[in-house]
Amino acid sequence: MTEPIAQGTWVEIHRIVLPAGERAPQVPEDTRRVPLEMRVKGFLAAPAELGGEAEILTPADRRLKGRLIEVNPAYTHGFGPPIPELLPIGEEARAILRNRGRIR
Amino acid sequence: MRKEPSYQEIMAERAEVMKASVGIDYARYATGALAFDYERLLADTGYDIETASEVQARTAVGATPLVELTNLTELVRATAGPGKGARIFVKDEAANPSGSFKDRRASLSVHEARRRGYPGVAAATSGNYGAAVASQAAKARLACVIVQEAFDSAGLAQPEIAEKTRACEGYGAEVIRLSVGPEIFYVFLRVLKETGFFNASLYTPYSVLGIETLGFELAEQVRARTGRYPDVVIATHAGGGNVTGTARGLRKAGALETEMVAASVDLSGLSMASDRDFNRKSFTTGHTGFAVPFTTWPDRADVPRNAARPLRYMDRFVTVTQGEVFYATQVLAELEGLQRGPAGNTSLAAAFDIARNLDEDQIVVVQETEYTGAGKHPLAQLNLARRLGIEVRRGDPRENKPGSRIVIPEHPSQIRAVEVDLDRIRRAYLKNALGSLPEGTRLSAADLEFLAAETRSNQAYVERILDELAKTG
Repeated sequence: MTEPIAQGTWVEIHRIVLPAGERAPQVPEDTRRVPLEMRVKGFLAAPAELGGEAEILTPADRRLKGRLIEVNPAYTHGFGPPIPELLPIGEEARAILRNRGRIR
Repeated sequence: MRKEPSYQEIMAERAEVMKASVGIDYARYATGALAFDYERLLADTGYDIETASEVQARTAVGATPLVELTNLTELVRATAGPGKGARIFVKDEAANPSGSFKDRRASLSVHEARRRGYPGVAAATSGNYGAAVASQAAKARLACVIVQEAFDSAGLAQPEIAEKTRACEGYGAEVIRLSVGPEIFYVFLRVLKETGFFNASLYTPYSVLGIETLGFELAEQVRARTGRYPDVVIATHAGGGNVTGTARGLRKAGALETEMVAASVDLSGLSMASDRDFNRKSFTTGHTGFAVPFTTWPDRADVPRNAARPLRYMDRFVTVTQGEVFYATQVLAELEGLQRGPAGNTSLAAAFDIARNLDEDQIVVVQETEYTGAGKHPLAQLNLARRLGIEVRRGDPRENKPGSRIVIPEHPSQIRAVEVDLDRIRRAYLKNALGSLPEGTRLSAADLEFLAAETRSNQAYVERILDELAKTG
């Protein structure tokens, strides 16, 4: 058994809002096959276990329930490595300006 | 587990929830089966340019710098014929508090929510507008809920939206992140119903009137700097608010001859509601996936009557490719020292071609920039594209194919602003308008006049097209 996460911890919960069979009528086939999922972050309203049902208090002071999926979730978006196709563009453009200067 | 209300159940309550959450009785403005008094809907809010600017100035929104892109102009002239290549300026909207022109839209909405005593504000948006509403709500000490379409069924978040999640949470908002689908509107209605918050929709009169100051300011700035009004203003076009508000502001400043160009990234072939296509777009807004449906039927929005009606205001509608926008973004950084984007760089890419075909003494204004950073950068989008198997290479931008191939130009002369046939758009609008009516509805004179204004045509044109549509079914 895992140690419960303490009340007041910043966490993320997950919930299925609409199961695969109950999506809006206008969604395309690939979207219809999957559920509408929701994720929200907030402070744990009461101690809960990772993977178990939990209630959070959101920054808008609302109480929401769902499965506790992450504790203090990270922001992982970034830049990644440079794109080789973009690297020469600046020098190419400066060369065009230099050549233009010579012709004039 | 608690039973969730069905999609149909919530949608049936739509009208009632909307009315309570926007505080506008849209039915009051109806003048026909289709027609409504658009100008009165806007005027009744009480926000003229002066009032809007005054409200915006209280939170340091607006009065952004106008920057002349002298090096970029020279680059364009290197690809233009003798005497051609207009001066290109950009309105540096990234200087707004949350980093985009969306602060102009959010400021009036949040001001209105506070004035009317709502306990909080909510918005369904995956873009900069969410950050703008959250920023304004923080300053106004109102609670804020932002609902986003943020990740696909594999749990993969679109990086630009991930950055918006971070920004909104950074301003202290509750962020509801959803998987792909139009049911974001269903969840949003539930939030409005549960909270009683103000609906800070992108499409209310407040949200559109807030942009009029942008058009007004840029007209005055260009005239003060150059002694004339801009010849062309290019706005990145998605839901229609940017084009509508900017054009209205230009007119209010007296720039009546300025040509208004709407520019969108061409995403043809990709479905907006598809779980698979969601992360293959490389752009989250400013693209044809929003622009075409919203131009041809604005009232598909999350309010009964959309205050953004772009077809009334655009002189031209052009598209550029994904690769062309990435090229323009890189050039803006390396020749002008401005790392911005992505949104404004769609109209910047179009400016390469539009300025190239104008005279040297003419003036083109790209009317926005936005902040850039983690997730919102070409590197993030192109790395994601590669990860999903999309080919990224240099070459002829005509070979760009949304969702499978991103082709970055080899030379600025290859960039083209491709015209969208406005006659085709007008016909599609009229077809949608007819389709929205119950069978057998007769259109009144007021309706025909309205449709002429909506399509920026005349009644003879409207009657001719309606006649053709009736014959072809």
